[in-house]
Amino acid sequence: MEISDGAVRILAGLLEARTGQQLAIGRRWRIDTALRPLIAKHDIPTLDDLVHRIVSGRSAALADEAIEALLNHETFFYRDLNAFRLLDEQGMGRLHAARAGTQRLRIWSAGCSTGQEAYTIAMMIADRPDRWRGWTIDILGTDLSPAAIERAKEGRYSQFEIQRGLPVTQMLRRFDQDGEHWQASSLLRQSVRFRVHNLLTAPPVGMFDVVLCRNVLLYFSPDVRTLVFSRIASAMQADAVLMLGAGETVMGQTDAFVSDFEARGLYRKRIDATAVAAFR
Amino acid sequence: MKTCLVVDDSKVIRKVARHILETLEFTVSEAGDGQEALDSCRVSAPDVVLLDWNMPVMSGIEFLRALGQEEFETRPKVIFCTTENGIAHIRAAIDAGADEYVMKPFDRETLESKFQLVGVA
Ligand SMILES: C[S@@+](CC[C@H](N)C(=O)[O-])C[C@H]1O[C@@H](n2cnc3c(N)ncnc32)[C@H](O)[C@@H]1O
Ligand SMILES: [Mg+2]
Repeated sequence: MEISDGAVRILAGLLEARTGQQLAIGRRWRIDTALRPLIAKHDIPTLDDLVHRIVSGRSAALADEAIEALLNHETFFYRDLNAFRLLDEQGMGRLHAARAGTQRLRIWSAGCSTGQEAYTIAMMIADRPDRWRGWTIDILGTDLSPAAIERAKEGRYSQFEIQRGLPVTQMLRRFDQDGEHWQASSLLRQSVRFRVHNLLTAPPVGMFDVVLCRNVLLYFSPDVRTLVFSRIASAMQADAVLMLGAGETVMGQTDAFVSDFEARGLYRKRIDATAVAAFR
Repeated sequence: MKTCLVVDDSKVIRKVARHILETLEFTVSEAGDGQEALDSCRVSAPDVVLLDWNMPVMSGIEFLRALGQEEFETRPKVIFCTTENGIAHIRAAIDAGADEYVMKPFDRETLESKFQLVGVA
């Protein structure tokens, strides 16, 4: 049986309130495929019945599970290889010079899903031992989804996941085979921290030098996206770097960021006019 | 357009690979074993070879070793593409000169990412 319009509206409202993600009407089929397993698991006859149970407020856990099922966790290692190369060569290269005094770097992968993005950064750094020797580099991966964060911490990937984007030499070098799975070496896992965090709330404390927020803000409403951009900016050092997903931009979305003219494809905080004036 | 040589003794697998490769805008040719593949590379070297492990006449590893003996203006990149997932197998392929390794099952994104890694996407 088809899900009713009313039920779709309720689910979409719930999802947006909790996560900022909007459910496009054209993607309605997704609701159906995403929630089928959930109703089967709980022996609920129809999707409309599921929605009834959620709105009756009797089961908070059920609402959480529905949200989880509706989130898209698609990700892979070195997603958009050239963008990571740009970050490594230009973005991180510049920060290496700028932070030579403190030799400290804080990196935030916001909306990290099951961890591939944060591990990619960690591998990029491990691949340049000469550049980063003696540095203290903190990599934080956060996601709204507790299930995704658990998986990220474990760093255990199926054969299918492990080879998506990951060079085979890295797989051999930094992952241990465990039957049909591959787990990030303890060294790699130790270099990244993961925790649950919702981008609709205040950012993690402390200032970051690099922020990756990729393929997360795509489905946010324009207003919420603008708000989240300014929150992220508030957690970034003046000369920090922002990396978005391929095909994502700050243009027309926020005044907090501008294109990095030295590294097209990366973004920098806009230094506002008063700050520039004060600087003169 | 980039060229890819699909080497596999299974016609079905060649057909599936061809289909994915064509959506990635490769010009595809096929070979049923390592010897056929070697002959084909001698006539005209592709940009990349998608290589099976187990084949009659000449296996994937034997092909790789033979390819290493050949002179090329630009050496074709080789992506090993097999059901073998043991570390020993993977290492053997890399040591014999493979540039990348793909375990079945894989999808279009995985292949595309491997082509990017070897610089032919
Ligand atoms: C499509 S994945 C992208 C993963 C990775 N950044 C990449 O580009 O490959 C989007 C992730 O954002 C998370 N997400 C969605 N809304 C969020 C929010 N409000 N706060 C934090 N994470 C969120 C989802 O749980 C999902 O894991
Ligand atoms: Mg075979």
